[in-house]
Amino acid sequence: MGKDTRVVSKEEVVIRFSGDSGDGMQLTGTLFSDTAALYGNDLTTFPDYPAEIRAPQGTVGGVSGFQVHLGHSEIETPGDYADVLVAMNPAAIKANAAMVKQGGTIIYDKDNFTEKNLEKAGYTGDPVAEEKLETYNIIAAPITSMVKEALKNFGLDPKSVLRTKNMFALGMVYWLFDRKLKYTEQFFDKKFAQKPEIAEANKVALRAGYYYAETIEALTPVIKIQPAQIAPGTYRNINGNTATAWGFLAAAEKAGMNIFIGSYPITPATGILEELAARKDLGVKSFQAEDEIAGICSALGASFAGNLAITTTSGPGLALKSEAIGLAVMAELPIVIVDVQRGGPSTGLPTKTEQADLLQALYGRNGESPVVVLAASTPADCFKYAYEAARIALEHMTPVILLTDGYLANGSEPWRIPDMKDIPDITPQFADTSEIPFHPYKRNCDTLARYWAIPGTPGLEHRIGGLEKTVKGTVSYLPDNHELMVNFRAEKVARVAAKIPEIKIVGEDSGDLLLAGWGGSRGYLITAVKELQNEGYKVSIVNFNYINPLPKNTESVFSRFKTIAVAELNLGQFASYLRSVFPGFRYEQINKVKGMPFTTVEIKEKCIKILEGN
Amino acid sequence: MTELQTYQYTPKDFKSDQEVRWCPGCGDHAVLNAVQKALSELGIPREKFVFISGIGCSSRFPYYMNTYGFHGIHGRASAIATGVKIANPELSVWQITGDGDALAIGGNHFIHAVRRNIDVNIILFNNEIYGLTKGQYSPTSEKGLVTKTSPFGTIEEPFSVGELVVGAKGRFFARTVDANVTLSTQIYIQAAKHKGTSVIEVLQNCVIFNDGIHDTVTNKDFRDDRTITLKHGEPMIFGKENDKGLILEGLKLKVVKIGENDITRKDILVHDASEPNPGLHYMLANMRYPNYPVALGVIRSVEGNTYDNDLTEQINNIRKDSKIKCLNDLLNSGSTWKVK
Repeated sequence: MGKDTRVVSKEEVVIRFSGDSGDGMQLTGTLFSDTAALYGNDLTTFPDYPAEIRAPQGTVGGVSGFQVHLGHSEIETPGDYADVLVAMNPAAIKANAAMVKQGGTIIYDKDNFTEKNLEKAGYTGDPVAEEKLETYNIIAAPITSMVKEALKNFGLDPKSVLRTKNMFALGMVYWLFDRKLKYTEQFFDKKFAQKPEIAEANKVALRAGYYYAETIEALTPVIKIQPAQIAPGTYRNINGNTATAWGFLAAAEKAGMNIFIGSYPITPATGILEELAARKDLGVKSFQAEDEIAGICSALGASFAGNLAITTTSGPGLALKSEAIGLAVMAELPIVIVDVQRGGPSTGLPTKTEQADLLQALYGRNGESPVVVLAASTPADCFKYAYEAARIALEHMTPVILLTDGYLANGSEPWRIPDMKDIPDITPQFADTSEIPFHPYKRNCDTLARYWAIPGTPGLEHRIGGLEKTVKGTVSYLPDNHELMVNFRAEKVARVAAKIPEIKIVGEDSGDLLLAGWGGSRGYLITAVKELQNEGYKVSIVNFNYINPLPKNTESVFSRFKTIAVAELNLGQFASYLRSVFPGFRYEQINKVKGMPFTTVEIKEKCIKILEGN
Repeated sequence: MTELQTYQYTPKDFKSDQEVRWCPGCGDHAVLNAVQKALSELGIPREKFVFISGIGCSSRFPYYMNTYGFHGIHGRASAIATGVKIANPELSVWQITGDGDALAIGGNHFIHAVRRNIDVNIILFNNEIYGLTKGQYSPTSEKGLVTKTSPFGTIEEPFSVGELVVGAKGRFFARTVDANVTLSTQIYIQAAKHKGTSVIEVLQNCVIFNDGIHDTVTNKDFRDDRTITLKHGEPMIFGKENDKGLILEGLKLKVVKIGENDITRKDILVHDASEPNPGLHYMLANMRYPNYPVALGVIRSVEGNTYDNDLTEQINNIRKDSKIKCLNDLLNSGSTWKVK
């Protein structure tokens, strides 16, 4: 396979695999990411798929995409615009043409560009002409007929043959990026160990694509991306849902506790339940409840009985759980509620991402009902914030809501595997059996957390529940007692601020503009700010992971900037929260509600506009 | 067996320091007494008992028990109790609920707890009315009942608790009357010993909003003729004179008089609570006055796998065989690579 000298080195590149939801694009993208990671590139991925498992074939609504951004420096986002688009049908071009960089490469299966498919995608003629892609590097490969030819002697049914089309396309991309096929080949050997003929067919299709790309040379120049400069250690690829599940396992191990998860399947949160259900080897008790309410109520029961209790959901499920979260507030039991946010309201856009559950998490309950709210900001740091959510719940005897989102849940990135011995222990506050009678609402003077008495412990028998109580645990409707307890519960949550890190500024400590984000938008914001800084703008950024309470230096950080621009994927929920907590600052908003993450470009444009208005 | 500790309790050991606040004359008082009596006889250490409730008059119950207790939210006690039992299968978990709490707002959780056969004892206080909200009809109110929300009579068919339990694949169903502390105590003890979900329907009287609703069958003057107390292995005989019994005629139960039409004691059905086929239990649970006597006692008690036990077993088996013993093992499993 002698390659010619036309090799181009690039810092980073964005590739988008796109096809019908049955075309196997998620797998193709994942296999490519794994190979890139093993090659040493840093990367971030973004799967983008339709809510319907099988939307009408060939239509734009049924297009499933998987975007990979890889490079030799730190990669913070899945990238805005694609350098390379792989389109398995005309609808994939229709859905993605605008997201390809000027002059980028588009590989498509020309066998699939039949009159019928063009019509389904909404084209009347040649998509290349209609989308004005003539100046792009267009590679019209006869993928369908090539795999048919390559596999004609395999004796496979036509369906199985066509299922390898994605591997042909992947082979072409591997050649384009000068990647070895062996990791993907090993994957097939393992996955189809029981069906060697299928493994072989996929490998043949993969190689056929690779050689085809080499032969036609239409793809040249070959793009080389050097391995990234990343910290030494052992790495793996991880997505946000798996990282969240593992963060809870880490917390359970560090607290020396059993873990219980009670959940009801809901997109895009189900992966956490699935991962924990598979971890019976680590003693996880997973319970697929009959509904969202039973999910949290079973978890609350498990918490009462002394387990680290978790429930996972998305926006609509969080709404259903709100009464039980109030019960957790009142009973002062530790529990973590994960909300993997998706586009809302109502059923909304189940497979798309949004950050619009923030106010629901903060305030969506009856009565004065404060809870701790955290948000993760990258797929891998879901591990850290799941651990943190559990730590705070256990040490402060409070419900904690952890917000992630669809983009974090399904996106993945390489993650340096931590050693468990480097993760701090968690110390739950168990009740002391020497203090009898036990008073359930007696508090730790420092944190104001009550003590946890586990059923089965002799002498600590007690009753708690949703009715207001006195310190001794007696039901009470007395006005002063109620106000006292309301204040205790609020102050307990506020005091968590003493046990969380301060917010860190990326950029100068003071300046014209501070971009303030939270949770999953971090990568886009940081990338935009770094580019703005390189261009000479006085812009800094903070990205919040601790939402309630806020880090204790927040106000002093804000006070050093002329304007705070709050960027989030909603109409301004965090901005309105900040305005209510710190009313004295000048706030601007950068908002987007399209079910998609920000792009770096749009953040930059908005920041420049704000700066020019200063 | 010298290590076996015996626990000597009296019912008083299970009374909490809280003043009982049910209305004077309410059937709940008698249920509380019977439960405290049963618990004192079970030989289980007090700290192992957990009482979980939802919302409603009966759901105040845990406050009056000197055990662990969790007063939950409306309808969700089955789900909370499920979590408690799964988290710690060593506990003796009791759910206190009512006809509204278990069968209206909590209907979903109730049937699924029964279906899963979680080892929880569910005492369902059935007074066929909403008491705490002051007198609205419930899912067990007889059709036509006039209440504040059915001023012209309900137009809904009521649930039958036993029918629902059998339909949800329940394996233990018993019925008792609030005032019958002796029978109730026996039933609670049997329910506690049964592995799996036990549902005990208590015909309970609300003195304020539905007074006397069960009187037709529970009144002293005629209860012997209008109820039958079923005992496993004994013939289904009832009546003040012990002269009435149940037989099968075709596919239906029939009340007969011993000594009439050549009927002798040996023609009478013998109660087998352990029969897995629920057909006869279903008919017994559904008997209504005046065509039949209302069945009391343990109607169905069939052994089977419990959710909590199967889960523990599954975890133990998987742990034995898995290479992943701690989180470091998991973190480093699968595809990883080193960067130097």
